[in-house]
Amino acid sequence: MKAAWLLLLAASLACAQPVPDTLAQRAQACTGCHGKEGRAAPDGYYPRLAGKPAGYLYNQLLNFRDGRRDYGLMSELIAPLSDAYLKELAGHFASLDLPYPPPQPTTLPAAELARAEQLIRRGDAGRKLPACAACHGERLTGAQPVVPGLLGLSRDYLNGQLGAWRSGQRRAQSPDCMAQIARALTDTEINAITQFLASRPLPADTHPVAALPAPAPVACAGMAP
Amino acid sequence: MKRWGIALALVAVLGTGAALGLLAWQRHLPDDTPASRTAPDLRRGAYLAAVGNCAGCHTARGGALLAGGRPIPTPFGTVFSPNLTPDPTGLAGWSADDFWAALHLGRSRDGRLLVPAHPVSNTTLVTREDADDLHAWLQSQTAVAAPNRAHELRWPYGTQLALAAWRAVNFRPGSYQPDPTQDAVWNRGAYLAQGLTHCSACHAARDALGGDRGPADFRGGLLAGVGWVAPSLHDPAEAGVQRWSDDTLRRWLRDGHADGHTAQGPMGEVVLGSTSALNDADLAALSRYLRSLPEHTVERAKMVQPDARRRERGARLYQDHCAACHGAQGEGRRDESGAPAYPALAGSRLVTQASAANLLRLIERGGFGPATPGHPRPYGMPPFAGLLDAEDLAALASHLRQSFGHKAGEVDAVEVARLRAAAAKR
Repeated sequence: MKAAWLLLLAASLACAQPVPDTLAQRAQACTGCHGKEGRAAPDGYYPRLAGKPAGYLYNQLLNFRDGRRDYGLMSELIAPLSDAYLKELAGHFASLDLPYPPPQPTTLPAAELARAEQLIRRGDAGRKLPACAACHGERLTGAQPVVPGLLGLSRDYLNGQLGAWRSGQRRAQSPDCMAQIARALTDTEINAITQFLASRPLPADTHPVAALPAPAPVACAGMAP
Repeated sequence: MKRWGIALALVAVLGTGAALGLLAWQRHLPDDTPASRTAPDLRRGAYLAAVGNCAGCHTARGGALLAGGRPIPTPFGTVFSPNLTPDPTGLAGWSADDFWAALHLGRSRDGRLLVPAHPVSNTTLVTREDADDLHAWLQSQTAVAAPNRAHELRWPYGTQLALAAWRAVNFRPGSYQPDPTQDAVWNRGAYLAQGLTHCSACHAARDALGGDRGPADFRGGLLAGVGWVAPSLHDPAEAGVQRWSDDTLRRWLRDGHADGHTAQGPMGEVVLGSTSALNDADLAALSRYLRSLPEHTVERAKMVQPDARRRERGARLYQDHCAACHGAQGEGRRDESGAPAYPALAGSRLVTQASAANLLRLIERGGFGPATPGHPRPYGMPPFAGLLDAEDLAALASHLRQSFGHKAGEVDAVEVARLRAAAAKR
């Protein structure tokens, strides 16, 4: 009984404390779905936000708000927020340097994974498919300021995004390079690529590279200066 | 037999005649308002377009400004706002007279009657001078090619005959008649609220066919297809501001936040698109008028004996999900600067309004107040849609509506489902 009272007292004291006037506190409206500190939700559907490039996160916020990406809860939530505030929230999540979850085990034979790695590292010039690494960095951890990393994301999420690009559910400003790439890939290739990516451990340096060594091989509105 | 045939033919002829007469009457409403004599003022036009929130309906999400295409849900189907930019697909070639006829008479340049989603009961009160400034400003905007999309209204609601009949019952062209017992500030506020800012477009109580009691009807109602209730402005227990201070209301209209009150959902959109643009004189005028609205109490369901198990479940959910921000006793929390961060739920009208629609909506879908220059970094609430099912939502809403001294009606899962269906209605 006494313990219960003490607990109640502690709880009411905690409530009487003012909330910190910080972006982290404000971002709690996001982490309800995106997991503690934006580390991703366990269901694999709400992606990790922590440590993604600020420009990428900001572009996605604008895409959701302006209807190029459509998820009702997300679009409605941020509808009344200004560009400046969205940029600050994006910067907050980008600045978080948190450990990544362990990779997911793969269920594919080695030959298919090798084919996926080939596409990821080299692309397929015959089909005008650029290598993922050409934009997402040699380490696949993304590139500042707008290209996200591809590791540390769940297979379900990666499949969901590539599928959404194909169907037009997910869009970016035009030219929308990822939509073109996703449409050029077969189901089997998408499955192999996402299996490969989700099963890769993060490298020692998990951060996006500061800049790509060469200009992007495809035209992307998101990467326009 | 032959007699029946003649009678039937007679009825058909009379019916057709009446329909044509009705159409002709509504399409040729007399109007002798003279054009304004002064040259149009573009800056004033820009201000009026902002205050009137033309872009709120006439801009699609992420689309070009005023190029139309936004879907407007109504109980009769979906209406798509037309392009107002000076492009051949929009208002290119529209004269000031054409534009005036659209605002004042609800009639398009080709003579067709506009659907009442365009709030003609309000826009008819806009003065000719204001209309001409608006017209000049619209014509000065960048032309955007965006063909108008046909409305998707169920038969017969979108037909010209149905619109003429609706107007015959619900619409008379008019101008704002100043109330001589009130001063100029109040009358300016009334002119704005009833006319250009078209508050009654949402806040009126509507009958089954969408009719209201005119531009000063703020009795409130559910916005079908939107899922929010526009609460009554006549009832201080709903959204009436009769007991608010002038200072609080002016800050709330300008910033969307004042003294722990936040403009939520569609009202946040109105603050961003309209009231935050009001100049100080018009803010004062609108505040004076809204605070003076006659008081009528909204009908409330009788309190029933609360379901004990639902209350217990609601109390537990509150401790688990809400108390950390809103306080164990619903007292809310402030931030380090002393400003309200998370609103108090004890005494909150949003919690105890006659309809639980807005409360349920906020719990399910979360929300931020509008980010405005006066309040640039609002705190927000995450959506709980993925965590709470209909029974949970009913239990939590009931708990809130009957705790902290509140005596509002119980909510059950059927009501949650009914309100969700109303939100999805097209």
